Amino acid sequence: MQYRSDTKKVKGLGSIKHGFGHWWAQRLTAVLMVPLGFWFVYSMVSMENLHPDTLILWLHNPAPAILMTLFVTTVVFHGALGLQVIIEDYVGNKKMSLILLVLLKFAIFAMIVASVFSLFKLVS
Amino acid sequence: MAQFSLPKNSKVQKGSYFKAEGASNIKKLKVYRWNPDSGENPRTDTYEIDLDNCGPMVLDALIKVKNEIDTTLTFRRSCREGICGSCAMNINGTNTLACTKSIKDCKGDEIAVYPLPHMEVIKDLVPDLSHFYAQYASVQPWIQTDSVPLPDAERLQSIEDREKLDGLYECILCACCQTSCPSYWWNGDRYLGPAVLLQSYRWIADSRDEHTGERLEELEDPFKLFRCHTIMSCSNTCPKGLNPGKAIAEIKKQIAERHVL
Repeated sequence: MQYRSDTKKVKGLGSIKHGFGHWWAQRLTAVLMVPLGFWFVYSMVSMENLHPDTLILWLHNPAPAILMTLFVTTVVFHGALGLQVIIEDYVGNKKMSLILLVLLKFAIFAMIVASVFSLFKLVS
Repeated sequence: MAQFSLPKNSKVQKGSYFKAEGASNIKKLKVYRWNPDSGENPRTDTYEIDLDNCGPMVLDALIKVKNEIDTTLTFRRSCREGICGSCAMNINGTNTLACTKSIKDCKGDEIAVYPLPHMEVIKDLVPDLSHFYAQYASVQPWIQTDSVPLPDAERLQSIEDREKLDGLYECILCACCQTSCPSYWWNGDRYLGPAVLLQSYRWIADSRDEHTGERLEELEDPFKLFRCHTIMSCSNTCPKGLNPGKAIAEIKKQIAERHVL
């Protein structure tokens, strides 16, 4: 049995006084994905063919290589920010939520490092 | 994880049917019933309403049921003119005030009446709003100032500044928007919800209030404010035609201004 007033429950552990950063990053990455997405689709459509050798040769140019790295990392980051919100929204069990949020943080780093390394490996 | 099916003791069962003898102009009222003392599951009772002997609003029909058919039906009502917010309930799937919802506007031959969604029910159509009221109190909905005005002077507000409170001060705290918000359903323990955030913005937008910074600081929290995902059910359902979604967006804009500009 626990006796807690409604005020005690509402106040909880108090405001953490941040949260804007996450919200802002989610919007900025969304905005960034618009031109990068168009660029990616345009590049693929205007490619002579989609043979792996053609793509690797294309990625040897600095502009496509940099834009591709930016595109991949932005997509991963934006996706991870969204997944974090989904976990916070729907996973009511606090232990499970903590485990998933930590795994998600690890996964972001792993995916960004893996993507950048893969791109680097393709062109080196 | 989120629970998608009702627990066994909350499954709604079919209840009694009350016929209106000798009536020709009939509308059926299907009402959610639950009595904490009976130990039974909730049920829906259906009452036939003789529209020729009933007022025009859904609340009139409910009062008719209580007066003439079944005195055990429990619901809140007071002003019957859309200003007290007591009779907020879910009518045909939309949260609204029973006193301003016309029976004629309800399509079909049956009107489904349920309590406000996702709240604990005290009895029948009466939800427990204690948590909501404590959340309202937590945003300190009163003017807060540090400056001391002259003893014989008011705190002045221009006509233009007063107009900034239009669309905010009219909120009657009926909780229709609050309980229509899916984000509030899942995280209502920590998310303040549209009604409370609109009320908070009413003081943030007030030119005479001097605690704008403190208010914004207190609201900036991933759960208190940023659980709003602009679903906009709040603005869709508000029986007073207000726009809580916009008020929340204004709070976010002011917080952005604190950080970015």
